[in-house]
Amino acid sequence: MASGSSITRASGQLHRALTEIWRLQPLYVSLYAILLSFIIGGVLISLIGVNPLTAYWALLRGMAGDADRLAGSLARSVPFIGSALALAFAFRAGLFNIGAEGQLLAGGITAAYVGALSWMTNLPGILAIPAILLAGTLGGTIWGGIPGVLRTKTGAHEVISTIMLNSVVLFAARWMVGSRNPVVLRDTDSTVPRTKPISDNAVLPELVDSQPTLHVGLLALVGMCFVVAFVLNRTNFGFEIATVGLNPHAAHYAGINVNRVLVWAMAASGAFAGLAAASEISGTSGHFQPGTFFLMGFDGIAIALLARTKPVAIIAAAVLWGSMLAGAPLMQQEANMSIDVVRIIQALVLLFVAADAIVRYLFRVKDIEQNPFQTSTVGGAI
Amino acid sequence: MTTAQQATATTHTARQFHLDRSTITGLMFGIIGVALIAGVAPAIDNTTRRFNLERPPDPAGIGFNPPTWIIAIGVFYLITAALGIGPQQAQRWASHARVLSALGLVPLVLVLSLALSDKAGTNVVILLSESLFLATPLALGATTGLWSERAGIINIGIEGTMLSSAGVGYMTYALLGEANSTGWLWFSIVIAVLAGGLVAALLAVLSIRFNVNQIVSGVVINLFALGLTGFLRSEVIFRTGNTSGVRTSEIGLPLLSSIPVIGEQLFTSRPIYWMMYLIVFSTWLVMYRTPWGLRVRACGENPHAAETLGINVLRIRYQSVILGGLIAGLAGAWFSMESQGGFEDNMTNAAGFIALAALIFGKWTPWGAFAGALLFGFSRALGTRLQFLGVEVSGFEIPSEFFQSLPFVVTLVVVAGAVGRSVGPAAAGTPFSTSK
Repeated sequence: MASGSSITRASGQLHRALTEIWRLQPLYVSLYAILLSFIIGGVLISLIGVNPLTAYWALLRGMAGDADRLAGSLARSVPFIGSALALAFAFRAGLFNIGAEGQLLAGGITAAYVGALSWMTNLPGILAIPAILLAGTLGGTIWGGIPGVLRTKTGAHEVISTIMLNSVVLFAARWMVGSRNPVVLRDTDSTVPRTKPISDNAVLPELVDSQPTLHVGLLALVGMCFVVAFVLNRTNFGFEIATVGLNPHAAHYAGINVNRVLVWAMAASGAFAGLAAASEISGTSGHFQPGTFFLMGFDGIAIALLARTKPVAIIAAAVLWGSMLAGAPLMQQEANMSIDVVRIIQALVLLFVAADAIVRYLFRVKDIEQNPFQTSTVGGAI
Repeated sequence: MTTAQQATATTHTARQFHLDRSTITGLMFGIIGVALIAGVAPAIDNTTRRFNLERPPDPAGIGFNPPTWIIAIGVFYLITAALGIGPQQAQRWASHARVLSALGLVPLVLVLSLALSDKAGTNVVILLSESLFLATPLALGATTGLWSERAGIINIGIEGTMLSSAGVGYMTYALLGEANSTGWLWFSIVIAVLAGGLVAALLAVLSIRFNVNQIVSGVVINLFALGLTGFLRSEVIFRTGNTSGVRTSEIGLPLLSSIPVIGEQLFTSRPIYWMMYLIVFSTWLVMYRTPWGLRVRACGENPHAAETLGINVLRIRYQSVILGGLIAGLAGAWFSMESQGGFEDNMTNAAGFIALAALIFGKWTPWGAFAGALLFGFSRALGTRLQFLGVEVSGFEIPSEFFQSLPFVVTLVVVAGAVGRSVGPAAAGTPFSTSK
């Protein structure tokens, strides 16, 4: 095991450098998890006969090769912030919200509907933009609130009910957007199924004319992360959520209305996803298509776990995630390999973040804080 | 029951008056019954329709008059309602009536949609055999969940386990057997089963060795499966050029398949489907009739008591989760080598989650879970059938998306407690560490 020990010694030295020079203690596990995932991903890439360094170099340039690509990567990350917040917020209350995708869809539908209403054209931007964002948020809130209500009233586990609601809203969206008889939301002038374009006044101002457009939605969602951090750490509601999440019995005993907290936590979760969807509709696409949000909910889970459900850390994790996806096509082009490698690396990151004992063992990281995914009671029995 | 629900249950008992489940469902059936008799029956087409038992031409069948049937079902619903709302003494009958009424939805939907379409009849035997065939991955998936959760490990990763084994199995088939050789097909099915075991082993290591929150570890598995199979499809399967292949062939059961009219349709099917019955039966046999099965159940209910009796809880949990994974592997093989000959991205399409719902529906018992799987298989088959019938309500054809979402709506209704509260193994979800 000579090579094994030299690897651990090398990683030990890396670890010392990070501790003493850059002082990145709280981020260790996440950083090492990312490193380890790229190493394993590299092995996989070389297995199919591609030089991993070529592939990663292309990926890196795809992510941030020039200002335009960087802006595009940031733009790609915006909706992920919302879907990750949706998971993180519910997670604090001990709920596992797998329904961000459905909540994004619901928010997207309502946003696109309100954005295309005829009276919107006469509204100044200062009113039209809040209207479309609010509409999306409301759609997400309702679709997120349903599993909360089901959980408290009937005991239906949110993991199952949110997954089912994802499928239900997906089919509903496909019908509303695709149907010609009767026409529900379909843009009848368009050959592809999509909703009517939203009014020009409701389009979010753009920051950089990149591909996709970087728009003000980024600021809105980044701001939302700070708001959530404040709510969770500094308000009564945040305290109630944390208490319910840690021990619902104790919360009940302390006089907290557990059911109310659970429903509102789910509804607020859905609100973040809805806001993200509205910002996507208003800032990027200008209309709604069901395919836009494919897998975004699952990505949100991974991002939130990578950020250890800390709202501000979500920003960084979402940017990493979104830019990896934005950079993947260039890697596919130059290294001639499937973009699914990025998916595998992302899954590995999640794996190592969740099972941080592997990382701690390999890199000799001390247990300075408990892994939230071991201590948490999230989900409970299904 | 989760801790949060226990807390809510306490608040419920504190309240003096509340509508209980029995009254609510009773009222619900009452409203449906009145609507059927007074609203639906007079409005629908009065011509005779047929439930066919054979393929055309000139099939044997049962003719019926839609309004009469709808009135009959409506009257039965009113009886159910009366029993549900009625006094305490009627409750025993009420619960039986509710189950029958819920089952009555099946003929109701069939009769209604036939009456609303322009087709004269539909083959109900094929519908039944399709339902059973589509229930295969759900029953196997639910059995996976059963083994895992009865041992105390929540398994959200059934979906990912099935998807990985579907992908790995078909990849083996495409690589070695060029997707066209019976010998390699069976070899690949074995590989798929083993792959399922391997993925479940990963879940077990995460949940048992590293004490990761069990739901999180399941989600990890699901994400990983999506990436891995997408990669395998585009990098390996696609490059072999064998993107579609020969699937398992149909086997007719001797004697049974020669029953006149229905035998050939019902008792000729593919091998993994037949194995499903065997697996559900042996799961029941092993879990309830062997010492090892008792140990598994003990580890899921009270691992500390089990440990006191000298059972190695962690080992039993590993064994049980991996056994479940092998079963999920077979379900994966069903997708890529029996239902279709080929692999598509995300081809399991939430079947793993519906299987979990079937498990909840069946209250964590083998036969109950099997019944749940049949229900969902039926709602899938029915969705496709109704789409084919082209049901029209006042000039508008009911969209296919509506029927596609049917299994998911049924799942939602089921987990929301249409069948009464379902309580899982007590220790599921809580990590166990051996006493020193």
